[in-house]
Amino acid sequence: MALPKYTETRYRIWHYLYLSICGFVFFFLIAPLFVIFPLSFNAEEFLVFSEGMKRLDPDAFSLRWYHDMVYGTKNPWGLAAKNSFIIAIFATIGAVILGTVAALGLSSRHMPYKGLIMATLISPMIVPLIISGVAIFFFIAKIGLAATHLGIVIAHIILGTPFVVITVTATLSGFDHSVTRAAASLGSNPVNTFMKITLPLILPGVISGALFAFVTSFDEVVVVLFLAGLDNTTIPIQMWTGLREQLSPTILAVATCLIILSTLILVTAELLRRRSERLRGINR
Amino acid sequence: MSSETQKILTTDGIPLEISLKKAEKKNKIKAFLLVAPLLLFIIITYIFPIGEMFTRSIDDRMITNMLPKTFKAMETWDGKELPPEEVFASFLADFKVLAEKKEHGKLGQRLNKEKNGFNTILKKLWRKMNKFEDGNTKEQIMEIHKRFRDVKYWQAIKRTAPPYTMAKYLKGMDMYYDEDGNVTQVEKDRRIHRILWLRTLEIAVVVTILCFLMGYPIAHLLAVLPMKYSNLLMICVLLPFWTSLLVRTASWMILLQQQGIVNDFFVMIGLVADDNRPEMMYNKTGTYIAMTQILLPFMVLPLYSVMKTISPSLMRAGKSLGGTPFVAFWKVYFPLTIPGIGAGCLLVFILAIGYYITPALVGGASGTLISNQIAYHMKETLDWSFASAMGLMLLTGVLAVYWVYNKLVGIDNIKLG
Repeated sequence: MALPKYTETRYRIWHYLYLSICGFVFFFLIAPLFVIFPLSFNAEEFLVFSEGMKRLDPDAFSLRWYHDMVYGTKNPWGLAAKNSFIIAIFATIGAVILGTVAALGLSSRHMPYKGLIMATLISPMIVPLIISGVAIFFFIAKIGLAATHLGIVIAHIILGTPFVVITVTATLSGFDHSVTRAAASLGSNPVNTFMKITLPLILPGVISGALFAFVTSFDEVVVVLFLAGLDNTTIPIQMWTGLREQLSPTILAVATCLIILSTLILVTAELLRRRSERLRGINR
Repeated sequence: MSSETQKILTTDGIPLEISLKKAEKKNKIKAFLLVAPLLLFIIITYIFPIGEMFTRSIDDRMITNMLPKTFKAMETWDGKELPPEEVFASFLADFKVLAEKKEHGKLGQRLNKEKNGFNTILKKLWRKMNKFEDGNTKEQIMEIHKRFRDVKYWQAIKRTAPPYTMAKYLKGMDMYYDEDGNVTQVEKDRRIHRILWLRTLEIAVVVTILCFLMGYPIAHLLAVLPMKYSNLLMICVLLPFWTSLLVRTASWMILLQQQGIVNDFFVMIGLVADDNRPEMMYNKTGTYIAMTQILLPFMVLPLYSVMKTISPSLMRAGKSLGGTPFVAFWKVYFPLTIPGIGAGCLLVFILAIGYYITPALVGGASGTLISNQIAYHMKETLDWSFASAMGLMLLTGVLAVYWVYNKLVGIDNIKLG
């Protein structure tokens, strides 16, 4: 982005102004996440940087809130984490299977009423969450699954499938269907063809859809607030309760762990996206 | 080429055309069978329940089922003068059935909403219920209380006859049916819902504009920088995108508190006095700041994917044809980014309008939006029909936005990530 030498002064000023605006926005986006890190190691109970921390005094830092997170009295976080992972994993599996199979059908050029069906399938993504929450609650309550893990899993499958459908159809749009025909002509049955030919090729799309579905479930709070009972409390619910009642440093320790988790997910998603682009020959 | 059409046959001896059609049909069924499980799942677990929200929101069968005979008898009554003996007799019969089931209190409460004073006279009726003699029920009921002689009370009962009502929708707009059945506005100082609708709209619009103003420059920078730099900067957009919403809200709560870092910074550069730190949380400012940061990635990603496809030579061509950089940008680059702007704004607006977690945490008293109200009625008051009605009103608004968007930009132009 170097400016050519002949640039007039006013454009030069404009250019640097533009760069500083961009710098500010990037800072605005990323900085809040980094406040949490140091404060979660605070030895004191207040959510401000203590004098000791500003001097980088080692005594001002401690792991007590992490200790509290894991071993604290009446600790809700362990149960919440367990529930969150169980629910998110099963919701992801459900969403991936249903979503991938549907995407295979949708990307067939023989599919009738494609637009209408696509709109129906991704509607849980485009309808505001609170409305989805009310509707899903009515359904789950009616079949008697309120306050059960299974109920929440079903709810999260509904919310997660649109992402899988979108990512997998996107991957399939660059898919060369002649390879499946070749496999069929060589005597492979459709299931075998899917497992050995199609799936490995669309795997990046499937996995990134799975990541979306996982994060959607893992981070979902609106619908769970309607559905969860005392035994189904999840990490987002605990955080929501904690943030409403009292902002304790333990929450920051949990938040730090969540940021690390999201970093891992981000890295995986990025690697997959690049791989997928390379395979589809998009990368210039 | 011969002009005469000769039927081409497959090896089975079936005309090719028919054979192809058959294969086509088979493929169609195959494709549909693949989609069917998810389609059924979504329809049963999601689309039907949204429909159920509608029936629930207009449902008024409770009273219809309580007074079946009365409403049957009222069918022939014109509703202008006191109803005939038959109506009184059926009303008494219905009332006796309800009293046996101990549901007469419910009826009183429900009718009291329709017309004030019903509860008292029904209680009186209940006490004297067993002293009724056969025949001429009308006279006997009218003896109990003078209100039974007032035709307005009978008109109120008749109004509750239909099994559905729009009352919940009216309530969502701070209106109600008054005692004569006209649509009336509630008193000025009690119009809470209209304030909430306007506030929700205001927050969604302001956040969308802020996101656009902040997202456009950085999306542009990301699109024009060489890959190795832009990939690095992209992390700044993607990391918040993948991070839990509650984590980001928590960090804003820390930053914006009165002793928080932002205020510390303002004091340090001398913008505000130390003893006069501004409240940046628990008001609209906090909501705007936090929601903008949280929704900004949803603006940047569609913008970026559109800008990435615009060739830089177009801007150079614009400039070489005599346009200043500004003119070239405005006349060449900007129009090309409109699909991205549309998609980004639509996405942010829709997400913002249904948001409530962040506003509830950092917005304080002014952070209550329509979604909070829906959640409140779902969880606290258990007035599910009212929650459904408001949810559907919100959904109608959202669908209207989609419709306008489709007219202006075209829904197919949406690009995600």
